[in-house]
Amino acid sequence: MLLIACPYCGPRDEVEFHYGGQAHVARPTNAEALSDAEWADYLFLRDNPKGPFRERWVHTAGCRRWFNMLRDTATHRIIAIYKVGEPPP
Amino acid sequence: MYRFSILSLARNALRYHQDWPRLWRSPEPKPAYDVVIVGGGGHGLATAYYLAKEHGIANVAVLEKGWLGGGNTGRNTTIVRSNYLWDESAAIYEHALKLWEGLSAELNFNVMLSQRGVLNLAHNQGDVRESIRRVHANRLNGVDAEWLDTAAVKAFCPILDVSPTARYPVLGATLQRRAGVARHDAVAWGYARAADDRGVDIIQNCEVTGFDIESGCVSGVRTTRGDIRAGKVAIVAAGHNSVLAAMAGVRLPLQSHPLQALVSEPVKPVLDCVVMSNAVHVYVSQSDKGELVMGAGIDAFNSYAQRGSFPIIEHQMAALLELFPSFSRLRMMRSWGGIVDVCPDASPIVGKLPVQGLYLNGGWGTGGFKATPGSGHVFAHTIARDEPHPLAAPFALDRFTSGALIDEHGAAAVAH
Repeated sequence: MLLIACPYCGPRDEVEFHYGGQAHVARPTNAEALSDAEWADYLFLRDNPKGPFRERWVHTAGCRRWFNMLRDTATHRIIAIYKVGEPPP
Repeated sequence: MYRFSILSLARNALRYHQDWPRLWRSPEPKPAYDVVIVGGGGHGLATAYYLAKEHGIANVAVLEKGWLGGGNTGRNTTIVRSNYLWDESAAIYEHALKLWEGLSAELNFNVMLSQRGVLNLAHNQGDVRESIRRVHANRLNGVDAEWLDTAAVKAFCPILDVSPTARYPVLGATLQRRAGVARHDAVAWGYARAADDRGVDIIQNCEVTGFDIESGCVSGVRTTRGDIRAGKVAIVAAGHNSVLAAMAGVRLPLQSHPLQALVSEPVKPVLDCVVMSNAVHVYVSQSDKGELVMGAGIDAFNSYAQRGSFPIIEHQMAALLELFPSFSRLRMMRSWGGIVDVCPDASPIVGKLPVQGLYLNGGWGTGGFKATPGSGHVFAHTIARDEPHPLAAPFALDRFTSGALIDEHGAAAVAH
């Protein structure tokens, strides 16, 4: 059970949020030039570390804004929360 | 191998059950093996058993970082079925179900397969159409399937609330009569015992910490109990497949999530089949001890913590009471979580990895238990011959590049 400090609304219960998977995955700007393997890499391959993981969340039942979180997947400890566009810690 | 029978039971009863032999040895790891299997769950042990039995490769070690069957094999809700929509899935799960049907006799170990029938409920017209479509697809693939209307569902499972005033009324269900449940621990123990009997070394408390790879070819594994050379290495580590593959420099299209289950206090027999519902999202059966065994969906976030969040359980209970209002006074006894590795198309990856001699059997996500015998059988073939078994070929890693996905999200009728 996570207590998530939304950077806009403050600490709220996990049920107010939705998960968005790995953060900082940029869509390739030259998609038409990519090989099948490169496109598959963007489409399907995501990091899956046991430990700190940068991920996206959205405050669905609150401000409905997206933000990023650095969370340890082995312990569920939230290490940092930062706004979209801010440099990752 | 010590044969279990009514006579051996009687003999041991007279000795107050003091002399039962150990089911498998606990050997020290040898310096080298033909095949090293990383992961001592059901799939890994089944792979070792079929390698020894069908391919004559008995110089095999199964390395387990904890204890046998202590991962997802011992944490699932024990449902066994094969009524998948797509041809490739139906083929591999039906292959598994046929092996299940002879497994207790083959292993001389009672895996307590109980083919009590699995209902997949339909709660709206979309569900009804999809369910009937799946019944037809199953029949074309030789998988037994029936469509039951509401009255027939009530007759098959009287305790289910099918009243038209329910918030999500039951409009019908698919039924696979050959599906049911099995004793999950017994599957691991039975395969371990049979593999050990054929010469496989089962090494517990032995964590793999790295791979030895020379010019693109795997030559051994590094473990907490020393380095072990290996001709071939198979990764069968469920939730930790990504972590292991990363040690070999391979990225996999897998995400690890907690999947929670729970049991109620034991009660007298009330539910003699398995009931699954996609729309309200719960699956439930009653164990031989009388406990109701329940599960539902994954926690959305990535995790390796073998626990999930309480709202997931709350949602599960709401779904259960929607279907079975009479369970409202039941107390829940235990809940737990396992870490499942989920593929983007909710189908497994069985086959070779880009490193020569390295193989993967993973990505079974939330539904791997039912596949255990079939998974081990086709994976052993894939390792022994260094080419995929025909039933495993569609589940190769390269489908994510070719685009030939086997999209079982939703098509499997429920989150497996």
